[in-house]
Amino acid sequence: MSDTNSEWPLWEVFVRSKAGLDHKHCGSLHAADARMAVQMARDVYTRRQEGSSVWVVRSDQIIASDPGDKDMYFDPAEDKVYRHPTFYKLPDSVDHM
Amino acid sequence: MYTQAMDTLREEGGQPVLRTAEEAALQQRFDQRIDAGDFIEAKDWMPENYRKTLLRQISQHAHSEIVGMLPEGNWITRAPTLKRKAILLAKVQDEGGHGLYLYAAAETLGTSRDQMLDALHTGKAKYSSIFNYPTLTWADVGAIGWLVDGAAIMNQVPICRCSYAPYARAMVRICREESFHQRQGYDSLLVMMKNGTEAQKAMVQDAVNRWWWPCLMMFGPPDDQSPNSAQGMRWGIKRVSNDTLRQKFVDAAAQQAAVLGVTFPDPDLRWNEESQHWDYGAIDWSEFWRVVGGDGPCNRERLADRVQAWEEGEWVREAALAHARKSELKEAA
Repeated sequence: MSDTNSEWPLWEVFVRSKAGLDHKHCGSLHAADARMAVQMARDVYTRRQEGSSVWVVRSDQIIASDPGDKDMYFDPAEDKVYRHPTFYKLPDSVDHM
Repeated sequence: MYTQAMDTLREEGGQPVLRTAEEAALQQRFDQRIDAGDFIEAKDWMPENYRKTLLRQISQHAHSEIVGMLPEGNWITRAPTLKRKAILLAKVQDEGGHGLYLYAAAETLGTSRDQMLDALHTGKAKYSSIFNYPTLTWADVGAIGWLVDGAAIMNQVPICRCSYAPYARAMVRICREESFHQRQGYDSLLVMMKNGTEAQKAMVQDAVNRWWWPCLMMFGPPDDQSPNSAQGMRWGIKRVSNDTLRQKFVDAAAQQAAVLGVTFPDPDLRWNEESQHWDYGAIDWSEFWRVVGGDGPCNRERLADRVQAWEEGEWVREAALAHARKSELKEAA
């Protein structure tokens, strides 16, 4: 039947649920071009007012970290507890700083 | 809507033969992650059988959503009121959306959308056999919402905790939307049972009579005849056994039927004080396997409708792509 070259490209969809919040990844869809991708994102992912704004980006344009590098990449932050406010024990009287 | 527990179709095979020490180490790490309740993401290493099982289950599930639009779509133009028509349109649109979430999840496993559709259209891939039954009257639309979607929800809720994260995420979204499907169906039947004529009440009872047994079959074969369930459980794909889910459904439905004022076509259905569950009669599994095998009331019609929609849409897909490519060239120039 159809060969994969005739398939519409894949897009990732990001939805802002309401003003003031981040756009959040919510899924993907196939569309022939950007305008169609935005329209379809509206129909597929915001049928119940889940969004006030939609972003779409071609999936092949996303650069991701390698899951195989996860430990090497993210573990160095693990022992830097002094980056968190809870690391510092202060006298009770000023602890709400 | 939902695909039944069909991954029990005896294709799963046993553990893969491990070839290298590296692969054995990967397998061990995978098993540890599953045991720890970790989620597996698309780019993580996974055993080939895990990938194949998921691909089959998720794509079957997606096909079921899309084919499931047909029996109800049959009544959109003939809904009795504008309100019921708007509700039915929204529901059928939801089913299309659910199919899309699921196709997208299945694609992360490395198979294209077109390959999956091809498998459906050539009969290689299955969809839930519940959709091979006809919707003869308006009451069937309500019965599908109440019973078919009700059974689907029972089946789907545990999959929200599936070990494969893209599938689990799609299921969370679907389950959130599905509850309205069941409620609108029950509501529509309730109106007919409370305010309807005798003929309308009889129509509801007739629809319930026809959908009851096929709905019980949606949970898949009994546990002692599901040899691959154990592997699905081991992998965190399946969380609750077929019979457990079926019992849960019967218990809930029996109570709802009493409020509605209908009965189920099962003389053995009765409350069991000892087990604190509803006992039910023997399911005719030969009918299930016959319908799964292609010989249900509407198998040929459903597949033909899907193939026709796909073929008649071909020029649209091609034109949209040609337009996009031309616009890109123009912009580049």
